[in-house]
Amino acid sequence: MNNVAVIRTGTANLASVLAGLKRAKCKAVLVDEPGAVTSADYVVLPGVGSFSAAMDELNSRGLVEAIRQRVIKARPTLAICLGLQVLGNNSEESPGIEGIGVFDVQASRFDKTLCVPQLGWNLVQPAPSCRFLTEGYGYFANSYRLTEIPRGWTGATADYGGAFVAAIERGPVLACQFHPELSGKWGAALIERWLGAAGEHSIC
Amino acid sequence: MLTARVIPCLDCQDGRVVKGIKFQGLRDAGCPVELSLDYERQGADELILLDVSATPEGRSHQHETVRRVREGLSIPLTCGGGVRVTGDAGLLLDAGADKVSVNTAAVVNPGLIDDLALRYGSQCTVVAIDAVRQSSGRWEVVVRSGRERTNRDVIQWAQEVVRRGAGEIMLTSWDRDGTRSGYELDLLGAVSATVTVPVIASGGAAYPEHLIDALKAGASAVLAASIFHDGEYTVASLKSVLKDAGVEVRP
Repeated sequence: MNNVAVIRTGTANLASVLAGLKRAKCKAVLVDEPGAVTSADYVVLPGVGSFSAAMDELNSRGLVEAIRQRVIKARPTLAICLGLQVLGNNSEESPGIEGIGVFDVQASRFDKTLCVPQLGWNLVQPAPSCRFLTEGYGYFANSYRLTEIPRGWTGATADYGGAFVAAIERGPVLACQFHPELSGKWGAALIERWLGAAGEHSIC
Repeated sequence: MLTARVIPCLDCQDGRVVKGIKFQGLRDAGCPVELSLDYERQGADELILLDVSATPEGRSHQHETVRRVREGLSIPLTCGGGVRVTGDAGLLLDAGADKVSVNTAAVVNPGLIDDLALRYGSQCTVVAIDAVRQSSGRWEVVVRSGRERTNRDVIQWAQEVVRRGAGEIMLTSWDRDGTRSGYELDLLGAVSATVTVPVIASGGAAYPEHLIDALKAGASAVLAASIFHDGEYTVASLKSVLKDAGVEVRP
């Protein structure tokens, strides 16, 4: 059974994330200190709320560097929704607030002519080079998004008033704009693939 | 592209699903856990669980129900009923809700919407608006399960709740609820045209055509209860009619 550390980000729908991991036969525990983020085999970074609130939370617990190191060192990590956006440098949502800075792509707001937040199921279309992501419908709940896949990553796009980044992956690191824990059987299968394949990449 | 959502609604009282007409004359419609998982299997895009218990004792079943539903459910869950303060919403989220809906308490204390949006985000904050048509042709907000008028204009209230941070509006026509005469399309069109957030149509659905009409009128999602509880349609059979009518739905 896989042990998964879920980072407590205060405002996220943590119960849903934990229930989803439990269904994937994991032992999931909430963690909120850097040592636990560094030592865990698998880490999930959930996130709902605003970019600045999430960064405040991560900064106040001293978790930013631990998360950055995991992603840079290609250790199994799954970021969800805002969790994907905070991996970048910054967001139009919270000008002047620095993200974790794993890649240099800014999150921006959907076009003003669209219904925002985007709430619902959208078709996720992965590049052929993706290992975890497959084509299917993911459940989204977001007002901001990335518009380009960061250099050195592969990923999937979806369409909402134009293409946007639905998810990115690099080695055992997977970051989804949609909520895999709320994306039915397709999302559950994605979580299981991440848990299964991730082990091959762990650095011991 | 983003698909239209079909959302079964489970009104719960004392831990059981109930269904009434115009919120009155409630009758038993089953177990919330079994129904929820069955609707997910049928292809429901999300679920709404509203606690309509009249007493706090009845309502105490709610968190346990939400917890048990969440264990098996892998689609979004909106919960509401009896949310008076931010902490009530927190308890529902801890039990496994993804979104929380507020109705009467938001009218009594509109600042609650700001608090919820600030704390949990707009994508988590659903404001339910119950509307009743007036002789003037406009709509008035009603609360306490339709029993109390508020003198608030529905369009203005919809604009206000969005300004305060609501990320979604669940719009129920109190005139149509349980009548099987279709959603109130004028109301849906008027509210959808005036706000930038998704609107869920509620109240009056009996046939697939009603759902199609509501989506054409501007709704992002359609909510129904009795047509599913009574087994007249499965979510899958409804979605297949929607698809044939050219509505994009998740298979």
